[in-house]
Amino acid sequence: MDLNIVWFILITVLFTGFFILEGFDYGVGMMMIGRPKNERAQFVRAIGPVWDGNEVWMITAGGATFAAFPHVYATMFSTFYLALFLMLLALILRGVAFELRGKLQFADWINFWDFAIMFGSFIPALLWGVAVTNLLRGLPINFQMHFVGDFLDLLNPCALLGGIFFVLLFLFHGANFLSLKIADKGLVEEIQRKSFCYGVATTIFYAVFAAVAAVQTDILAKPATVIFLAVSVASVLLGCYSAKVGNACKAFSASTVAIATLTAGFFIALFPRIMVSSISPDFSLNIYNAASTPNTLFLMTVAAVIFVPIVLCYQAWSYKVFKDRITPADVHYH
Amino acid sequence: MDALILSRLQFAITTIYHFLFVPVTLGLSIFVALLETWYVNSGSYEERIKLKKLVKFFGTIFLINFAMGVVTGIVQEFHFGMNWSEYARFMGDIFGAPLALEALTAFFIESTFIGLWIFGWDKLSEKMHCICIWLVAFGSNLSAFWILVANSFMQHPVGYAIEDGRAVMTDFFELVTNPYVVGEYSHALFAGISTGGFLVIVISAWKIATDEESREMFVRTLRRAVLYTFFGVLGVMGTGHLHAQYLAQANPMKLASFEALWETENPAPFAVIADINQDSRRNDFEIVIPKMFTFMVHNSFSGEVKGINDLQKEAVEKYGSGYYIPNDVRGMFWSFRAMVGTGGLMLFIVFITACLVFFKRNSLRDYHCCLKLMPLLLPLPFIANSAGWYIAEAGRQPWIVVGLQKTAVAVSPNLSADEVWITLIGFTAVYLFLAVLAVFAAVMFIRRTKITEEE
Repeated sequence: MDLNIVWFILITVLFTGFFILEGFDYGVGMMMIGRPKNERAQFVRAIGPVWDGNEVWMITAGGATFAAFPHVYATMFSTFYLALFLMLLALILRGVAFELRGKLQFADWINFWDFAIMFGSFIPALLWGVAVTNLLRGLPINFQMHFVGDFLDLLNPCALLGGIFFVLLFLFHGANFLSLKIADKGLVEEIQRKSFCYGVATTIFYAVFAAVAAVQTDILAKPATVIFLAVSVASVLLGCYSAKVGNACKAFSASTVAIATLTAGFFIALFPRIMVSSISPDFSLNIYNAASTPNTLFLMTVAAVIFVPIVLCYQAWSYKVFKDRITPADVHYH
Repeated sequence: MDALILSRLQFAITTIYHFLFVPVTLGLSIFVALLETWYVNSGSYEERIKLKKLVKFFGTIFLINFAMGVVTGIVQEFHFGMNWSEYARFMGDIFGAPLALEALTAFFIESTFIGLWIFGWDKLSEKMHCICIWLVAFGSNLSAFWILVANSFMQHPVGYAIEDGRAVMTDFFELVTNPYVVGEYSHALFAGISTGGFLVIVISAWKIATDEESREMFVRTLRRAVLYTFFGVLGVMGTGHLHAQYLAQANPMKLASFEALWETENPAPFAVIADINQDSRRNDFEIVIPKMFTFMVHNSFSGEVKGINDLQKEAVEKYGSGYYIPNDVRGMFWSFRAMVGTGGLMLFIVFITACLVFFKRNSLRDYHCCLKLMPLLLPLPFIANSAGWYIAEAGRQPWIVVGLQKTAVAVSPNLSADEVWITLIGFTAVYLFLAVLAVFAAVMFIRRTKITEEE
């Protein structure tokens, strides 16, 4: 196995970590819509200690893509220029909101920042779905690896469908996380009913999305992808059932597996390509023509082998420190 | 304006804005960690309550600033691909590694332990909680190191080869031990200490003068912050001086540009002020101190300093015809004077304040009117920091990577001017909006919070 394949796997791992961890953060953020103030405060408190560390998975995935596959980084980020701009604005507002919302106590101040968290969670969830679909569906990329389309090429119906699918999946995942983190029994039951609805909606959109993607892309061409996606759909259904019967732990595990297998299946479908060109298969960016030199890949492999396990250890520890459920009393002064 | 100039403007605005917060993070994280260490090791019950409040007080200011620094930092990481895709292709093999290492070794530590620190007061032992803030300080300062490794390569490439039209890394160790990193990093670290410390001085002074109940504790932080900042400012000056001397070999064009020295001279004079005429490549008017520039570079009054015009000729011989002079010599010249001037002023202010808090402690009340005006001086370190980065980056032009790639060819070819206009206006508007809200929140918090013995 050469280092290019190793790095394809590592990028997959980083994106999987990102989608699992930020997935529930985004989901929790979106679930704040229409909630009373004290519930929103509990929701924010549930992800408060960990969201920043979770977001670094995305930053690391970006940085690792830059280091291992610079052409992918260059083409992808310049192609999605306006979409990423929108995502950055959303992430900026969201990140500042977590810090500032509790600093002043008047209602408009808190409402504004809570809106920023909802908006800042919805936009990235939607846009990652759009981006991921477009990677696989193919974009007008020319022989110089330059994007030659325009913004509307990115907003095709298939990609938007992918975006909505991601939003629903993350809502489902976020609801499952919350049912593990909230102490108020009545609220948890309500969240679990929501989780069930989100799960059903996710399943429907999963089916529609898979059908459209099967026509428009080669996502189902590899048996491994088909197996992973089947496991993923089964996990969503299992999660639905678990939420229905009130087993929060199982539901959260199920949505975690659903996201992990979806990400794995997606990257397997791409392999060995990373960005597909709709102009010609020869222009697609793959793990060889887009990669750094073996020297850099080797260095980065050593760094990843040493540091990723360390990061996992202390992040796991931080989840253990904050394992308690959030009570309304925890947030009475926020 | 085309996509290139707009992208440069956008990068300049977002970097300078990001770097308003970064030095505070670097310096204040260490200061808060020191405060908490003091708290953990303190004795009496009343003292502990007050010290804990003090840690939380400066911790909150740190957090508001930290959040602004983090979110604006993501923009910077994305920029390299969004606006500078050809740079990313050319440099990815070298530049990507420190960036990924920054995320892997520093950002994860920072972000995870800041969460533990904010919410862990009742869940962690005192010692463990204190270790968390030290780890945040370590992570922040380590991330500055990695990004300056990357920046130093752009200023002074080492440990590389050119293969198939792109720069590839041949020696990672050389990349990390680039002498340019030593100068840039130590200068930035001390600038962080100065900025963070100066912020604490200003806030403490203002609280002393306006909040009688909390007065006593802020006198104590003021004494500590004065020493901390004094150490920082001296460090900034020392490392800055050494780095400028190093520039005489590593990047003489940058040095000659910010001193507006057009002709090679031995000994070279130092221009205090100058009316720079970049088109005719000379100063129309200047007031100079004879031999001084030579003395600053060589530590003696004899020695040659190369001028811009000769360096331009050398560059043409080396790289072919072209214009190799930074296109804003005037801006660099005045930025340098602004940086050094504000630095000197800070040293003076810190010195005076030190005299007050150490030698006039008992009659400090007579000086409340002065302390109350201290917030007016808060812009000083921020002016110095911004001017410093301006010199560093404008002095690199017309190169994006000195000697290897020009800025003009690095921009993403698929971007239209309209697209960059949208993002330029968008980022600027949101940044201004957030600055207002963050400052408002911080000021309200500082006004309201009391450091008293009551729990």
